[in-house]
Amino acid sequence: MAKKTDKKIIFKKEKEMPSHAVSFYSMDYNKTGSWRNFRPVINYDKCTFCAICWKFCPEVAIKLEKTKEKGKEKFKPVIDYEYCKGCGICWEECPSKAIDTEEEAE
Amino acid sequence: MRKVLMGNHALSYGAKLSRAQVISAYPITPQTEVVELLSEMCASGELNAKFIKVESEHSAMASLIGASATGVRTFTATSSQGLALMHEMLHWAAGARTPVVMGNINRALAPPWSVWTEQNDSLSQRDTGWMQLYAQNNQEVLDSVIQAYKVAEALDLPAMVILAAFVLSHTSETVDIPEQDKVDEFLPPYKREYKLDPDEPHAFGGLTAPDNYFELRYKIQKTMEEALIKWEEVGKEFGDFFGRKYGLVETYKVSDAKDLIVSSGTMASTARNVVDRLREKGKKVGLLRIRVFRPFPSEKIREILSSVDRAIVIDRNIGFGSSGIFYQEVKAAMYNEKKTPPIFGVVTGLGGRDVTSKDIVGIYEDVTKMEEPKSDIIWKGINI
Repeated sequence: MAKKTDKKIIFKKEKEMPSHAVSFYSMDYNKTGSWRNFRPVINYDKCTFCAICWKFCPEVAIKLEKTKEKGKEKFKPVIDYEYCKGCGICWEECPSKAIDTEEEAE
Repeated sequence: MRKVLMGNHALSYGAKLSRAQVISAYPITPQTEVVELLSEMCASGELNAKFIKVESEHSAMASLIGASATGVRTFTATSSQGLALMHEMLHWAAGARTPVVMGNINRALAPPWSVWTEQNDSLSQRDTGWMQLYAQNNQEVLDSVIQAYKVAEALDLPAMVILAAFVLSHTSETVDIPEQDKVDEFLPPYKREYKLDPDEPHAFGGLTAPDNYFELRYKIQKTMEEALIKWEEVGKEFGDFFGRKYGLVETYKVSDAKDLIVSSGTMASTARNVVDRLREKGKKVGLLRIRVFRPFPSEKIREILSSVDRAIVIDRNIGFGSSGIFYQEVKAAMYNEKKTPPIFGVVTGLGGRDVTSKDIVGIYEDVTKMEEPKSDIIWKGINI
């Protein structure tokens, strides 16, 4: 398998090119966060940790982190901005209106 | 070992002998008993495969594409409406180059509802990138499943083994079942180059810009062209192993033939008897049976048609607004040839209406009265 490179891959011979579209790297290298126009930001003052945003996220870009609050174990939703495409489903679905949106600069 | 098998079960035994590892199907009409027997084999442990019950044929094909991408051997079967529902996924299987093998029982599409035979279901999938093979008896059905895996896996293209509803699917015939260890020797396990594997992750089928997509489509076509050679090779090798040789086409009494009947599937086996009958009356008739329809064996067809005075293509299908589909393809193959006979296109037997020897003799008599084809469709057996 080819090594990770930022250069465009050019197949010189027909044989070098795989028969079907396949990435040479895992999704660790294929970050989709740059696609985002609007950034969801969780307001933890309003968040009830219901995890509905986590359930709805189609990109699996919301993770649940184990935390303790008043001695009780809770799961806190955290957005992974390297992969979040800014689709807006989480802020649409949040029952507590705890997700704000910010326009990405530039 | 010889066994009395209906065509449906000939498919099941073909998949079992090929050691299919994942089988997925939606078990409601227009499905037939193909996967019912396979599910019993999986349940009893006779076949070591994972059987996935799904909610539609679309999902059946989707699950097999995923399974095949991991490098295992996959099988399903369907018919008519079920095949139509798979349509999107058929393109996906070919584009992802997953060598899924599927049995399709040719059943007429609704409305009105029908379960009888007609080739429009599979021919509607002509341009999906699947290889298509039309079998003429239950022995060929079983043998073709094994060959289909060998060809499909060598080329990473999916293949469909197609048989006529009822005429083969629910008709019992004596079928020789090859020995398992001989099949294992003929058909080694599938090896895939880029697999779906958590230890070596890749993304498959992702967005591909115009700078690469074109070449991927070119590669499918090039592989289809290779498949013409591969089907012949594998059919011959199958003959060496099991004593039954197969090819892209089958010919019968063509060497001195003036008139040539061209057909496929079970209509071609009826036509073989008709050739004998007409020969008794001194008519120089031959038969060309098109076994592999995709890739289309144009070269073979040119070779045979160039030496006859008249060709009669009999279709149990119709390209609405045009003509019989095999007829269109045969004509297209001949168009640029210097020497081509007049080609007559007959459409008959739609919706499973019987096409008997008498009907084919009638077709022959009607056509030989004509000087040249006056229309793109000569209808046979219409009652209105």
